[in-house]
Amino acid sequence: MSKLKNPYIPFSSRILSIIRHTQKEYTFRMEYKGEVIPGQFFEVSVPKYGEAPISVSGIGEGFVDLTIRKVGRVTDEVFEQYEGQSLFLRGPYGNGFDLSLYETGEVIVVAGGTGVSPVRGVISALAETTDAKDKHVIVGFKSPEDMLFREDLKEWSDKLDLILTVDGAPEGYDGKIGLVTRYIPEVPVRDVKNARAIVVGPPPMMRFSVKGLLEKGFEEKNIWVSQERKMCCGLGKCGHCRIGEKYVCLDGPVFNYVESKEMID
Amino acid sequence: MGFVLSEKGFEKLIRHLSDTYRLYAPVLKPGEGRFTDTDVVRYDFVKDSAEIELSKKSDYSFKEILTPLSETLFYFTEQEMKEADADEQPVLVFLRNCDLHALRRLDQIYLQNGTSQDWFYNRIRRNLSFALIGCAESCEDGFCVSMGANKNVEGYLFSIDQEDGKFLFDVKDFSLLPVFADLGNEAEVTPRFVTENKVQVSIPETVPNSIYQNPIWDEYNTRCIGCGRCNFVCPTCTCYTMQDVFYTENGKVGERRRVAASCMVDGYTNVAGGGQYRKSSAERMRFKVLHKVYDFRRRFGYDMCVGCGRCDMACPEYISFPVCINKLNRAVKEGQIHE
Repeated sequence: MSKLKNPYIPFSSRILSIIRHTQKEYTFRMEYKGEVIPGQFFEVSVPKYGEAPISVSGIGEGFVDLTIRKVGRVTDEVFEQYEGQSLFLRGPYGNGFDLSLYETGEVIVVAGGTGVSPVRGVISALAETTDAKDKHVIVGFKSPEDMLFREDLKEWSDKLDLILTVDGAPEGYDGKIGLVTRYIPEVPVRDVKNARAIVVGPPPMMRFSVKGLLEKGFEEKNIWVSQERKMCCGLGKCGHCRIGEKYVCLDGPVFNYVESKEMID
Repeated sequence: MGFVLSEKGFEKLIRHLSDTYRLYAPVLKPGEGRFTDTDVVRYDFVKDSAEIELSKKSDYSFKEILTPLSETLFYFTEQEMKEADADEQPVLVFLRNCDLHALRRLDQIYLQNGTSQDWFYNRIRRNLSFALIGCAESCEDGFCVSMGANKNVEGYLFSIDQEDGKFLFDVKDFSLLPVFADLGNEAEVTPRFVTENKVQVSIPETVPNSIYQNPIWDEYNTRCIGCGRCNFVCPTCTCYTMQDVFYTENGKVGERRRVAASCMVDGYTNVAGGGQYRKSSAERMRFKVLHKVYDFRRRFGYDMCVGCGRCDMACPEYISFPVCINKLNRAVKEGQIHE
């Protein structure tokens, strides 16, 4: 029995580097070898403080990126760590995005705030497709200071159709201002019945973005969302993330809208 | 095979069994109830037959042996973690028909939901065996017949029924046959079960999403105080929350525990940053009730609630779960007519 792997025991992972996006949002590049899909998540564990589910914002040879917002007991403690030190992890958990669904044809990705993290890998993959001109990405942040992944944003704007907006900005800001939903009608989509969409962000932003996409003519079955809930295990046992007959940690966090519209907390 | 034992025989049986097993049984605790001068029946380890409460249903469920209210999972020092030790001695759990049905629900979540079995649950579970306490008559709050959880024909080593000072056993475990043959006489025994309860419920086959907005839930906003007792006494509730503690004497050393969680208690859906997905008692009641009689079935094919009635016994606000189920059923039916 004790020889069987116990999934509750986290493993130690070295912090390879830290990117400081804003005062409250850092990306921790963690040593990790193994299969990971964009949209999956890890339980980041800080003994004495607890665990927090954090989605994977980048995947590479020998590492995963975890973009963490300093908002709670566990993440406060994570921010006390330096490069070369270690964090404890369990995972990866969840289904993640099926990239093959978005590689060909027209796609809109709508992401808000830290919601960019789970789709960062998807957007980067879309930027490398041969029909990247048909990949539209709307990314929204609260203010210019809250922008994450600045280097990626630059690269994406060269390769695909990127709309970068902020909810509000000080005078003199020359970028786009307004909620992501404002820009959904402007996206040039030729075949709206077959175009696909991904929406990730805070719950109200997701609700109104999906509404905007449906009004634009998107089919429900062509929209995917990523959900976020309290989780204590990631294994389908603790019960916190259950909505109806679905467990976000097992059946999600990525859901097709046909499924997710029936999920009421 | 059936056996009849005298009280003396039963006493010897329990003493014999406690050589092999730790015996976990309902025990009457006089004066320890919620109100002055009331008793409570709780599970505890026993060694003597006289300690086992065979007539009253326990107020708390047997599940505490499998999912303790607080369970240390592992200890940590700065870089090392070590699983907490567990008592590996076999345990014999005395329980009733509804509870043996509840066991299947606990197993469903901890052993079958998702791709991995729960490591900590499994290591307790594999050491458990069960003795079925028969039900001569329906308890006051139970509605096990409506839930199809009133009877078992397997899953126990032996059953116990008490009748006119005699003890009747239906022995399923072959290895125990010689023990019973030594202590008593063979007889025709069928474990007793009830075929009718005073409380009855009708479960809706399907529940439309419109029920989420139905006013039937509203009353719980004023009645429910969100104490979570209904969840903690429920033999089928499995939720837990992780909790880290560290020792004040040495802050670098500590342990990770899981503690029983309740979907009725504030904070259950809280996420870092202040988000909360179910804020009102009405929403939480709806979430719990639909899980017990609908959502669990949608995932696993059978209902979660076993109709033991403990939630009704425990509620300090006298909220009745079966009444709520019947109200739900009526609301669903009325909705169908209107549509």
